[in-house]
Amino acid sequence: MELLISLTINGLATGMLIFLLAAGLTLIFGLMDVLNFAHGGLFVWGAYTGVFTYAWSNSFLVGIIVAILTGLVLGFITEKLIIKPVYGNHVQQILITLGFMLVLQEMIKVVFGPNGVPVKVPSYLAGSWQIGDLTIIKYRIFIIVVGFALFGVLYFILNRTKIGLVVRAGVMNREMTQALGINIKRVFLIVFMCGAALAALGGMLMAPYSGVVYAEMGMEYAILGFIVVVIGGMGSFQGSLLAAILVGLAGSFMAYYVPFLSVAVNMILMASVLIFRPQGLFTVAKG
Amino acid sequence: MTNILTLERVETFISQYHILQGIDFEAKAGEVSVLLGRNGAGKTTTLRTIMGLTPASKGTIHFDGKDITKMAPYDIANSGIGYVPEDQGIFGQLTVEENMKVAIRKETDATMQKQTYILELFPDLKKFWKKQGGNLSGGQKQMLAMARAFVNDSKLLLIDEPSKGLAPIVIEKVMEAITEMKKHTSIVLVEQNFMMASKIGDTFTLIDDGRTVQSGEMQNLIEDEQLKRKYLGIG
Ligand SMILES: Nc1ncnc2c1ncn2[C@@H]1O[C@H](COP(=O)(O)OP(=O)(O)O)[C@@H](O)[C@H]1O
Ligand SMILES: [Mg+2]
Repeated sequence: MELLISLTINGLATGMLIFLLAAGLTLIFGLMDVLNFAHGGLFVWGAYTGVFTYAWSNSFLVGIIVAILTGLVLGFITEKLIIKPVYGNHVQQILITLGFMLVLQEMIKVVFGPNGVPVKVPSYLAGSWQIGDLTIIKYRIFIIVVGFALFGVLYFILNRTKIGLVVRAGVMNREMTQALGINIKRVFLIVFMCGAALAALGGMLMAPYSGVVYAEMGMEYAILGFIVVVIGGMGSFQGSLLAAILVGLAGSFMAYYVPFLSVAVNMILMASVLIFRPQGLFTVAKG
Repeated sequence: MTNILTLERVETFISQYHILQGIDFEAKAGEVSVLLGRNGAGKTTTLRTIMGLTPASKGTIHFDGKDITKMAPYDIANSGIGYVPEDQGIFGQLTVEENMKVAIRKETDATMQKQTYILELFPDLKKFWKKQGGNLSGGQKQMLAMARAFVNDSKLLLIDEPSKGLAPIVIEKVMEAITEMKKHTSIVLVEQNFMMASKIGDTFTLIDDGRTVQSGEMQNLIEDEQLKRKYLGIG
Protein backbone atom coordinates (compact mmCIF):
# COMPACT_ATOMS: atom_id res chain seq x y z
CA MET A 1 0.00 0.00 0.00
CA GLU A 2 2.78 2.41 0.96
CA LEU A 3 4.48 1.53 -2.27
CA LEU A 4 1.38 2.23 -4.33
CA ILE A 5 0.91 5.63 -2.72
CA SER A 6 4.55 6.49 -3.23
CA LEU A 7 4.48 5.50 -6.88
CA THR A 8 1.25 7.41 -7.38
CA ILE A 9 2.72 10.56 -5.86
CA ASN A 10 5.82 10.26 -8.04
CA GLY A 11 3.69 9.73 -11.09
CA LEU A 12 1.40 12.64 -10.32
CA ALA A 13 4.31 15.01 -9.71
CA THR A 14 5.99 14.09 -12.99
CA GLY A 15 2.63 14.29 -14.71
CA MET A 16 2.07 17.83 -13.46
CA LEU A 17 5.43 18.98 -14.80
CA ILE A 18 4.64 17.47 -18.18
CA PHE A 19 1.21 19.09 -18.05
CA LEU A 20 2.81 22.53 -17.68
CA LEU A 21 4.63 21.90 -20.94
CA ALA A 22 1.73 20.28 -22.74
CA ALA A 23 -0.87 22.92 -21.84
CA GLY A 24 0.88 25.55 -23.93
CA LEU A 25 1.65 23.16 -26.76
CA THR A 26 -1.91 21.95 -27.14
CA LEU A 27 -3.46 25.43 -27.16
CA ILE A 28 -0.83 26.72 -29.58
CA PHE A 29 -1.59 23.82 -31.88
CA GLY A 30 -5.35 24.02 -31.46
CA LEU A 31 -5.56 27.75 -32.02
CA MET A 32 -3.16 28.33 -34.87
CA ASP A 33 -2.26 24.86 -36.08
CA VAL A 34 1.34 25.54 -35.08
CA LEU A 35 3.74 22.75 -34.18
CA ASN A 36 6.28 24.27 -31.82
CA PHE A 37 9.27 22.05 -31.15
CA ALA A 38 11.08 24.96 -29.50
CA HIS A 39 8.82 24.63 -26.48
CA GLY A 40 11.43 22.54 -24.65
CA GLY A 41 13.92 25.36 -25.11
CA LEU A 42 11.63 27.67 -23.18
CA PHE A 43 11.39 24.99 -20.47
CA VAL A 44 15.17 24.80 -20.08
CA TRP A 45 15.63 28.58 -20.21
CA GLY A 46 13.06 28.96 -17.48
CA ALA A 47 14.93 26.38 -15.43
CA TYR A 48 18.35 28.01 -15.84
CA THR A 49 17.37 31.65 -15.37
CA GLY A 50 15.25 30.63 -12.41
CA VAL A 51 17.92 28.46 -10.83
CA PHE A 52 20.64 31.10 -11.21
CA THR A 53 18.55 33.92 -9.74
CA TYR A 54 17.42 31.51 -7.01
CA ALA A 55 21.05 30.82 -6.13
CA TRP A 56 21.96 34.50 -6.35
CA SER A 57 19.01 35.85 -4.35
CA ASN A 58 18.63 32.84 -2.11
CA SER A 59 14.90 33.10 -2.73
CA PHE A 60 13.07 30.31 -4.55
CA LEU A 61 10.18 32.66 -5.18
CA VAL A 62 12.41 35.16 -6.97
CA GLY A 63 13.67 32.29 -9.10
CA ILE A 64 10.11 31.34 -10.02
CA ILE A 65 9.19 34.89 -10.94
CA VAL A 66 12.29 35.30 -13.10
CA ALA A 67 11.56 31.98 -14.82
CA ILE A 68 8.03 33.13 -15.65
CA LEU A 69 9.29 36.48 -16.95
CA THR A 70 11.90 34.70 -19.05
CA GLY A 71 9.14 32.55 -20.51
CA LEU A 72 7.00 35.58 -21.38
CA VAL A 73 9.88 37.45 -23.03
CA LEU A 74 11.24 34.43 -24.90
CA GLY A 75 7.69 33.53 -25.91
CA PHE A 76 7.20 36.99 -27.39
CA ILE A 77 10.48 36.83 -29.31
CA THR A 78 9.85 33.27 -30.52
CA GLU A 79 6.38 34.06 -31.83
CA LYS A 80 7.45 37.24 -33.61
CA LEU A 81 10.71 35.96 -35.10
CA ILE A 82 10.33 32.23 -35.50
CA ILE A 83 6.65 31.29 -35.69
CA LYS A 84 5.09 34.21 -37.52
CA PRO A 85 6.88 33.68 -40.84
CA VAL A 86 5.83 30.01 -41.02
CA TYR A 87 2.09 30.10 -40.26
CA GLY A 88 0.25 27.44 -42.21
CA ASN A 89 3.28 25.36 -43.13
CA HIS A 90 3.90 22.39 -40.86
CA VAL A 91 7.13 21.25 -42.47
CA GLN A 92 8.70 24.67 -42.13
CA GLN A 93 7.40 24.92 -38.57
CA ILE A 94 9.03 21.65 -37.57
CA LEU A 95 12.33 22.55 -39.20
CA ILE A 96 12.61 26.08 -37.88
CA THR A 97 11.37 25.36 -34.36
CA LEU A 98 13.61 22.29 -34.04
CA GLY A 99 16.50 24.44 -35.22
CA PHE A 100 15.59 27.15 -32.75
CA MET A 101 15.31 24.53 -30.02
CA LEU A 102 18.92 23.55 -30.66
CA VAL A 103 19.99 27.19 -30.69
CA LEU A 104 18.28 27.75 -27.34
CA GLN A 105 19.90 24.62 -25.96
CA GLU A 106 23.41 25.58 -27.12
CA MET A 107 22.92 29.15 -25.92
CA ILE A 108 22.38 27.70 -22.45
CA LYS A 109 25.85 26.18 -22.59
CA VAL A 110 27.34 29.46 -23.81
CA VAL A 111 25.66 31.60 -21.18
CA PHE A 112 25.57 29.28 -18.18
CA GLY A 113 28.37 26.83 -18.95
CA PRO A 114 28.29 23.34 -20.45
CA ASN A 115 27.93 21.33 -17.26
CA GLY A 116 24.83 20.47 -15.30
CA VAL A 117 24.07 22.66 -12.31
CA PRO A 118 22.93 21.13 -9.02
CA VAL A 119 19.81 22.59 -7.45
CA LYS A 120 18.56 22.29 -3.88
CA VAL A 121 14.99 22.21 -2.70
CA PRO A 122 14.34 25.39 -0.68
CA SER A 123 14.49 24.64 3.04
CA TYR A 124 10.78 25.22 3.66
CA LEU A 125 9.87 22.64 1.01
CA ALA A 126 12.65 20.18 1.81
CA GLY A 127 12.35 16.93 3.70
CA SER A 128 9.50 14.53 3.99
CA TRP A 129 6.60 13.42 6.10
CA GLN A 130 6.72 10.02 7.69
CA ILE A 131 3.39 8.22 8.10
CA GLY A 132 4.04 4.71 9.34
CA ASP A 133 6.19 3.09 6.68
CA LEU A 134 5.22 5.68 4.13
CA THR A 135 7.65 8.47 3.25
CA ILE A 136 6.08 11.42 1.47
CA ILE A 137 8.53 13.85 -0.05
CA LYS A 138 7.21 17.35 0.55
CA TYR A 139 8.46 18.88 -2.67
CA ARG A 140 6.52 16.35 -4.74
CA ILE A 141 3.32 17.26 -2.96
CA PHE A 142 4.19 20.90 -3.60
CA ILE A 143 4.48 20.24 -7.34
CA ILE A 144 1.16 18.36 -7.38
CA VAL A 145 -0.60 21.15 -5.53
CA VAL A 146 0.87 23.84 -7.77
CA GLY A 147 -0.01 21.79 -10.84
CA PHE A 148 -3.65 21.35 -9.88
CA ALA A 149 -3.90 24.98 -8.78
CA LEU A 150 -2.57 26.16 -12.14
CA PHE A 151 -4.95 23.83 -13.92
CA GLY A 152 -7.77 25.39 -11.89
CA VAL A 153 -6.71 28.91 -12.76
CA LEU A 154 -6.33 28.12 -16.44
CA TYR A 155 -9.61 26.23 -16.48
CA PHE A 156 -11.30 29.26 -14.97
CA ILE A 157 -9.75 31.62 -17.51
CA LEU A 158 -10.67 29.36 -20.43
CA ASN A 159 -14.23 28.71 -19.29
CA ARG A 160 -15.31 31.81 -17.43
CA THR A 161 -13.68 34.80 -19.10
CA LYS A 162 -14.16 36.50 -22.45
CA ILE A 163 -10.57 35.94 -23.54
CA GLY A 164 -10.93 32.25 -22.66
CA LEU A 165 -14.13 32.07 -24.66
CA VAL A 166 -12.39 33.67 -27.61
CA VAL A 167 -9.53 31.17 -27.36
CA ARG A 168 -11.97 28.25 -27.31
CA ALA A 169 -13.88 29.68 -30.24
CA GLY A 170 -10.60 30.22 -32.09
CA VAL A 171 -9.60 26.60 -31.58
CA MET A 172 -12.94 25.52 -33.09
CA ASN A 173 -13.03 27.94 -36.02
CA ARG A 174 -10.26 30.46 -36.41
CA GLU A 175 -11.64 32.05 -39.55
CA MET A 176 -15.10 32.69 -38.13
CA THR A 177 -13.59 34.18 -35.00
CA GLN A 178 -11.79 36.71 -37.18
CA ALA A 179 -14.88 37.40 -39.23
CA LEU A 180 -16.61 38.31 -35.97
CA GLY A 181 -14.06 41.06 -35.40
CA ILE A 182 -11.42 39.37 -33.27
CA ASN A 183 -7.73 39.90 -33.93
CA ILE A 184 -6.85 36.24 -33.64
CA LYS A 185 -3.14 36.84 -34.18
CA ARG A 186 -2.98 39.00 -31.11
CA VAL A 187 -4.93 36.44 -29.10
CA PHE A 188 -2.49 33.85 -30.34
CA LEU A 189 0.52 35.92 -29.28
CA ILE A 190 -0.95 36.15 -25.77
CA VAL A 191 -1.62 32.40 -25.67
CA PHE A 192 1.85 31.70 -26.99
CA MET A 193 3.47 33.89 -24.34
CA CYS A 194 1.41 32.29 -21.57
CA GLY A 195 2.25 28.82 -22.91
CA ALA A 196 5.93 29.75 -22.90
CA ALA A 197 5.66 31.08 -19.35
CA LEU A 198 4.04 27.82 -18.21
CA ALA A 199 6.82 25.81 -19.83
CA ALA A 200 9.45 28.01 -18.20
CA LEU A 201 7.74 27.64 -14.85
CA GLY A 202 7.64 23.89 -15.41
CA GLY A 203 11.38 23.91 -15.98
CA MET A 204 12.00 25.86 -12.81
CA LEU A 205 9.77 23.57 -10.72
CA MET A 206 11.47 20.58 -12.30
CA ALA A 207 14.93 21.74 -11.22
CA PRO A 208 14.84 20.97 -7.45
CA TYR A 209 12.77 17.85 -8.19
CA SER A 210 15.49 16.25 -10.29
CA GLY A 211 18.22 18.00 -8.33
CA VAL A 212 20.09 19.17 -11.40
CA VAL A 213 19.52 21.22 -14.52
CA TYR A 214 21.25 20.50 -17.82
CA ALA A 215 20.89 21.85 -21.32
CA GLU A 216 19.35 18.71 -22.83
CA MET A 217 16.52 18.45 -20.30
CA GLY A 218 14.34 20.65 -22.54
CA MET A 219 14.39 18.23 -25.42
CA GLU A 220 13.63 15.24 -23.19
CA TYR A 221 10.60 16.87 -21.62
CA ALA A 222 9.37 18.41 -24.85
CA ILE A 223 9.08 14.95 -26.34
CA LEU A 224 6.97 13.85 -23.37
CA GLY A 225 4.93 17.03 -23.85
CA PHE A 226 4.21 16.16 -27.46
CA ILE A 227 3.26 12.60 -26.58
CA VAL A 228 0.82 14.01 -24.04
CA VAL A 229 -0.68 16.40 -26.58
CA VAL A 230 -1.27 13.55 -29.01
CA ILE A 231 -2.78 11.29 -26.34
CA GLY A 232 -4.95 14.02 -24.84
CA GLY A 233 -6.25 15.24 -28.18
CA MET A 234 -4.58 18.06 -30.08
CA GLY A 235 -6.09 21.33 -28.88
CA SER A 236 -7.78 19.91 -25.78
CA PHE A 237 -6.71 21.50 -22.53
CA GLN A 238 -8.47 19.03 -20.23
CA GLY A 239 -7.17 16.19 -22.36
CA SER A 240 -3.61 17.35 -21.80
CA LEU A 241 -4.04 17.20 -18.01
CA LEU A 242 -5.50 13.72 -18.14
CA ALA A 243 -2.87 12.46 -20.55
CA ALA A 244 -0.03 14.07 -18.57
CA ILE A 245 -1.18 12.31 -15.41
CA LEU A 246 -1.51 9.08 -17.36
CA VAL A 247 2.01 9.36 -18.77
CA GLY A 248 3.38 10.34 -15.36
CA LEU A 249 1.75 7.41 -13.61
CA ALA A 250 2.63 4.93 -16.33
CA GLY A 251 6.25 6.04 -16.15
CA SER A 252 6.40 5.75 -12.39
CA PHE A 253 4.69 2.34 -12.12
CA MET A 254 6.51 0.85 -15.07
CA ALA A 255 9.87 1.97 -13.73
CA TYR A 256 9.16 -0.06 -10.62
CA TYR A 257 7.36 -3.13 -11.91
CA VAL A 258 8.58 -3.54 -15.48
CA PRO A 259 11.75 -1.47 -15.64
CA PHE A 260 12.78 -2.64 -19.10
CA LEU A 261 9.53 -1.18 -20.48
CA SER A 262 9.70 2.14 -18.67
CA VAL A 263 11.34 3.92 -21.59
CA ALA A 264 8.96 2.46 -24.12
CA VAL A 265 5.74 2.86 -22.15
CA ASN A 266 4.97 6.36 -23.43
CA MET A 267 5.47 5.30 -27.00
CA ILE A 268 3.21 2.32 -26.38
CA LEU A 269 0.57 4.56 -24.85
CA MET A 270 0.74 6.97 -27.76
CA ALA A 271 0.67 4.20 -30.34
CA SER A 272 -2.38 2.58 -28.74
CA VAL A 273 -4.20 5.89 -28.65
CA LEU A 274 -3.32 6.53 -32.28
CA ILE A 275 -4.61 3.10 -33.24
CA PHE A 276 -7.82 3.00 -31.20
CA ARG A 277 -8.70 6.66 -30.84
CA PRO A 278 -6.63 8.65 -33.31
CA GLN A 279 -8.31 11.93 -32.39
CA GLY A 280 -7.02 11.60 -28.81
CA LEU A 281 -8.90 11.09 -25.55
CA PHE A 282 -10.66 14.44 -25.84
CA THR A 283 -11.65 15.98 -29.11
CA VAL A 284 -12.15 19.52 -30.20
CA ALA A 285 -14.61 19.63 -33.07
CA LYS A 286 -13.34 21.95 -35.75
CA GLY A 287 -16.16 24.12 -37.03
CA MET B 1 -28.98 56.77 -52.95
CA THR B 2 -25.40 56.34 -51.82
CA ASN B 3 -23.44 53.14 -52.10
CA ILE B 4 -22.63 51.38 -48.87
CA LEU B 5 -20.40 48.91 -50.72
CA THR B 6 -18.61 49.16 -54.06
CA LEU B 7 -16.44 46.56 -55.73
CA GLU B 8 -14.49 47.65 -58.80
CA ARG B 9 -12.78 45.12 -61.11
CA VAL B 10 -12.03 42.84 -58.18
CA GLU B 11 -9.84 39.81 -58.86
CA THR B 12 -9.01 37.04 -56.42
CA PHE B 13 -6.71 34.05 -56.50
CA ILE B 14 -7.13 30.99 -54.28
CA SER B 15 -3.66 29.44 -54.27
CA GLN B 16 -2.83 29.41 -58.01
CA TYR B 17 -6.45 29.48 -59.23
CA HIS B 18 -7.78 32.71 -60.70
CA ILE B 19 -11.26 32.50 -59.17
CA LEU B 20 -12.58 36.05 -59.44
CA GLN B 21 -11.59 37.65 -62.73
CA GLY B 22 -13.45 40.92 -62.66
CA ILE B 23 -16.25 41.54 -60.21
CA ASP B 24 -18.09 44.86 -60.25
CA PHE B 25 -20.73 45.17 -57.62
CA GLU B 26 -22.65 47.91 -55.86
CA ALA B 27 -24.88 47.73 -52.82
CA LYS B 28 -27.02 50.72 -51.97
CA ALA B 29 -27.64 51.79 -48.41
CA GLY B 30 -30.89 50.44 -46.99
CA GLU B 31 -31.45 47.91 -49.71
CA VAL B 32 -31.15 44.18 -50.17
CA SER B 33 -28.70 43.56 -53.00
CA VAL B 34 -28.75 40.04 -54.33
CA LEU B 35 -25.77 38.24 -55.84
CA LEU B 36 -26.88 35.58 -58.28
CA GLY B 37 -25.12 33.03 -60.42
CA ARG B 38 -24.91 29.31 -60.93
CA ASN B 39 -22.96 26.93 -58.67
CA GLY B 40 -19.27 27.70 -58.74
CA ALA B 41 -19.79 31.15 -60.28
CA GLY B 42 -17.84 32.81 -57.46
CA LYS B 43 -20.56 34.18 -55.15
CA THR B 44 -19.09 32.77 -51.96
CA THR B 45 -15.60 33.85 -52.98
CA THR B 46 -16.91 37.36 -53.59
CA LEU B 47 -18.26 37.56 -50.04
CA ARG B 48 -15.06 36.09 -48.64
CA THR B 49 -13.05 38.62 -50.60
CA ILE B 50 -15.14 41.46 -49.20
CA MET B 51 -14.42 40.10 -45.69
CA GLY B 52 -10.70 39.88 -46.45
CA LEU B 53 -10.67 36.11 -45.93
CA THR B 54 -9.47 35.55 -49.49
CA PRO B 55 -8.03 39.01 -50.18
CA ALA B 56 -8.36 40.64 -53.59
CA SER B 57 -5.19 40.71 -55.67
CA LYS B 58 -6.51 43.44 -57.96
CA GLY B 59 -9.28 46.01 -57.93
CA THR B 60 -10.75 47.95 -55.02
CA ILE B 61 -13.41 47.44 -52.39
CA HIS B 62 -14.96 50.48 -50.72
CA PHE B 63 -17.22 50.22 -47.73
CA ASP B 64 -18.97 53.20 -46.22
CA GLY B 65 -16.59 55.57 -48.00
CA LYS B 66 -13.47 53.71 -46.87
CA ASP B 67 -11.05 51.58 -48.86
CA ILE B 68 -11.10 48.16 -47.17
CA THR B 69 -9.36 46.21 -49.94
CA LYS B 70 -6.20 45.52 -47.97
CA MET B 71 -7.64 45.44 -44.47
CA ALA B 72 -7.49 42.39 -42.16
CA PRO B 73 -10.75 40.44 -41.70
CA TYR B 74 -11.19 41.52 -38.09
CA ASP B 75 -10.71 45.17 -39.05
CA ILE B 76 -13.28 44.81 -41.80
CA ALA B 77 -15.73 43.19 -39.38
CA ASN B 78 -15.13 45.91 -36.82
CA SER B 79 -15.68 48.64 -39.38
CA GLY B 80 -19.29 47.43 -39.52
CA ILE B 81 -19.77 44.36 -41.71
CA GLY B 82 -21.48 41.27 -40.31
CA TYR B 83 -20.83 38.00 -42.13
CA VAL B 84 -23.05 34.92 -42.28
CA PRO B 85 -21.03 32.27 -44.12
CA GLU B 86 -22.49 29.56 -46.31
CA ASP B 87 -21.74 26.88 -43.66
CA GLN B 88 -22.92 29.26 -40.90
CA GLY B 89 -19.65 28.94 -38.97
CA ILE B 90 -21.33 28.09 -35.67
CA PHE B 91 -18.95 27.22 -32.82
CA GLY B 92 -20.34 23.73 -32.29
CA GLN B 93 -19.06 23.15 -28.75
CA LEU B 94 -20.11 26.57 -27.50
CA THR B 95 -23.64 27.25 -26.34
CA VAL B 96 -25.95 29.65 -28.14
CA GLU B 97 -25.22 32.16 -25.40
CA GLU B 98 -21.46 31.76 -25.81
CA ASN B 99 -21.74 32.04 -29.57
CA MET B 100 -23.43 35.40 -29.05
CA LYS B 101 -20.83 36.44 -26.48
CA VAL B 102 -17.96 35.84 -28.88
CA ALA B 103 -19.73 38.01 -31.42
CA ILE B 104 -20.62 40.89 -29.13
CA ARG B 105 -17.83 43.43 -29.30
CA LYS B 106 -18.74 45.54 -26.30
CA GLU B 107 -21.43 44.71 -23.79
CA THR B 108 -22.96 48.17 -23.87
CA ASP B 109 -26.59 48.85 -23.01
CA ALA B 110 -27.30 49.39 -26.68
CA THR B 111 -25.85 46.02 -27.66
CA MET B 112 -27.69 44.18 -24.92
CA GLN B 113 -30.93 45.84 -26.02
CA LYS B 114 -30.19 44.78 -29.55
CA GLN B 115 -29.66 41.23 -28.30
CA THR B 116 -33.01 41.27 -26.54
CA TYR B 117 -34.64 42.52 -29.74
CA ILE B 118 -32.90 39.77 -31.74
CA LEU B 119 -34.11 37.10 -29.33
CA GLU B 120 -37.65 38.28 -29.92
CA LEU B 121 -36.99 37.98 -33.61
CA PHE B 122 -35.56 34.46 -33.16
CA PRO B 123 -37.45 32.93 -30.22
CA ASP B 124 -35.80 29.55 -30.81
CA LEU B 125 -32.45 30.98 -29.81
CA LYS B 126 -33.89 32.11 -26.51
CA LYS B 127 -35.43 28.72 -25.99
CA PHE B 128 -32.15 26.92 -26.63
CA TRP B 129 -29.96 29.56 -24.99
CA LYS B 130 -27.86 26.99 -23.10
CA LYS B 131 -27.78 24.39 -25.85
CA GLN B 132 -24.59 23.67 -27.75
CA GLY B 133 -24.50 25.24 -31.20
CA GLY B 134 -23.61 21.91 -32.79
CA ASN B 135 -26.89 20.41 -31.58
CA LEU B 136 -29.17 23.00 -33.19
CA SER B 137 -31.24 22.23 -36.28
CA GLY B 138 -30.17 23.65 -39.61
CA GLY B 139 -32.70 26.47 -39.40
CA GLN B 140 -31.69 27.35 -35.86
CA LYS B 141 -28.03 27.44 -36.86
CA GLN B 142 -28.95 29.84 -39.62
CA MET B 143 -30.81 32.04 -37.14
CA LEU B 144 -27.86 31.98 -34.75
CA ALA B 145 -25.43 32.88 -37.51
CA MET B 146 -27.63 35.84 -38.53
CA ALA B 147 -28.07 36.91 -34.91
CA ARG B 148 -24.31 36.92 -34.38
CA ALA B 149 -23.71 39.03 -37.46
CA PHE B 150 -26.53 41.41 -36.62
CA VAL B 151 -25.99 41.97 -32.89
CA ASN B 152 -23.28 44.59 -33.22
CA ASP B 153 -23.97 47.86 -34.91
CA SER B 154 -23.44 46.41 -38.36
CA LYS B 155 -24.08 48.73 -41.27
CA LEU B 156 -24.01 45.86 -43.70
CA LEU B 157 -24.74 42.14 -43.52
CA LEU B 158 -23.31 39.63 -45.98
CA ILE B 159 -25.51 36.54 -46.01
CA ASP B 160 -24.49 33.50 -48.05
CA GLU B 161 -27.32 31.21 -49.21
CA PRO B 162 -29.42 31.24 -46.06
CA SER B 163 -32.10 28.98 -47.56
CA LYS B 164 -29.67 26.20 -48.43
CA GLY B 165 -30.84 22.84 -47.10
CA LEU B 166 -33.83 24.24 -45.25
CA ALA B 167 -37.46 23.15 -45.39
CA PRO B 168 -39.85 25.59 -47.11
CA ILE B 169 -41.51 26.56 -43.86
CA VAL B 170 -38.13 27.41 -42.32
CA ILE B 171 -37.20 29.38 -45.43
CA GLU B 172 -40.31 31.49 -44.80
CA LYS B 173 -38.99 32.30 -41.33
CA VAL B 174 -35.56 33.18 -42.63
CA MET B 175 -37.15 35.50 -45.18
CA GLU B 176 -39.20 37.21 -42.51
CA ALA B 177 -36.08 37.68 -40.42
CA ILE B 178 -34.16 39.22 -43.32
CA THR B 179 -37.06 41.53 -44.08
CA GLU B 180 -37.03 42.63 -40.45
CA MET B 181 -33.26 43.12 -40.34
CA LYS B 182 -33.46 45.19 -43.49
CA LYS B 183 -35.16 47.92 -41.45
CA HIS B 184 -31.88 48.43 -39.58
CA THR B 185 -29.10 47.57 -41.99
CA SER B 186 -28.14 47.12 -45.59
CA ILE B 187 -27.88 43.56 -46.83
CA VAL B 188 -25.94 41.69 -49.50
CA LEU B 189 -27.64 38.38 -50.10
CA VAL B 190 -26.36 35.41 -52.06
CA GLU B 191 -29.32 33.25 -52.94
CA GLN B 192 -29.96 30.41 -55.37
CA ASN B 193 -33.63 30.19 -54.45
CA PHE B 194 -34.99 32.60 -57.03
CA MET B 195 -38.42 32.83 -55.44
CA MET B 196 -36.80 34.09 -52.27
CA ALA B 197 -34.27 36.31 -54.03
CA SER B 198 -36.87 37.98 -56.17
CA LYS B 199 -39.20 38.56 -53.25
CA ILE B 200 -36.80 40.29 -50.92
CA GLY B 201 -34.18 41.64 -53.30
CA ASP B 202 -34.19 45.27 -54.47
CA THR B 203 -31.37 44.93 -56.96
CA PHE B 204 -29.47 42.04 -58.50
CA THR B 205 -25.98 41.39 -59.75
CA LEU B 206 -25.44 38.37 -61.90
CA ILE B 207 -22.03 36.75 -61.95
CA ASP B 208 -20.69 33.91 -64.02
CA ASP B 209 -17.23 32.32 -64.11
CA GLY B 210 -15.90 34.91 -61.69
CA ARG B 211 -17.07 37.93 -63.69
CA THR B 212 -19.99 40.29 -63.36
CA VAL B 213 -22.39 39.73 -66.23
CA GLN B 214 -25.16 42.17 -65.50
CA SER B 215 -26.78 44.14 -62.74
CA GLY B 216 -29.89 46.21 -62.25
CA GLU B 217 -33.27 46.43 -60.52
CA MET B 218 -34.67 43.09 -59.42
CA GLN B 219 -37.85 43.79 -61.38
CA ASN B 220 -35.87 43.87 -64.62
CA LEU B 221 -34.45 40.43 -63.95
CA ILE B 222 -37.83 39.00 -63.02
CA GLU B 223 -39.08 40.05 -66.46
CA ASP B 224 -36.00 38.98 -68.41
CA GLU B 225 -36.74 35.33 -69.21
CA GLN B 226 -33.73 34.99 -71.50
CA LEU B 227 -31.21 36.19 -68.89
CA LYS B 228 -32.72 33.94 -66.27
CA ARG B 229 -32.58 30.92 -68.54
CA LYS B 230 -29.02 31.59 -69.66
CA TYR B 231 -27.40 32.17 -66.29
CA LEU B 232 -29.71 30.68 -63.73
CA GLY B 233 -31.22 27.83 -65.67
CA ILE B 234 -34.76 28.92 -64.83
CA GLY B 235 -37.71 30.54 -66.50
N1 LIG C 1 -10.26 26.58 -51.75
C1 LIG C 1 -10.45 26.50 -53.09
N2 LIG C 1 -9.50 25.98 -53.89
C2 LIG C 1 -9.67 25.89 -55.20
N3 LIG C 1 -10.78 26.31 -55.84
C3 LIG C 1 -11.77 26.84 -55.11
C4 LIG C 1 -11.66 26.97 -53.69
N4 LIG C 1 -12.79 27.54 -53.22
C5 LIG C 1 -13.56 27.74 -54.31
N5 LIG C 1 -12.97 27.32 -55.43
C6 LIG C 1 -13.50 27.39 -56.80
O1 LIG C 1 -13.89 28.70 -57.05
C7 LIG C 1 -15.06 28.75 -57.83
C8 LIG C 1 -16.07 29.64 -57.14
O2 LIG C 1 -16.49 29.03 -55.93
P1 LIG C 1 -17.57 29.70 -55.01
O3 LIG C 1 -17.18 31.11 -54.79
O4 LIG C 1 -17.71 28.85 -53.82
O5 LIG C 1 -18.86 29.61 -55.93
P2 LIG C 1 -20.39 29.81 -55.57
O6 LIG C 1 -20.50 30.28 -54.16
O7 LIG C 1 -20.88 30.81 -56.56
O8 LIG C 1 -21.03 28.49 -55.76
C9 LIG C 1 -15.51 27.32 -57.99
O9 LIG C 1 -15.12 26.87 -59.27
C10 LIG C 1 -14.77 26.57 -56.95
O10 LIG C 1 -14.49 25.26 -57.36
MG1 LIG D 1 -21.36 29.43 -52.54
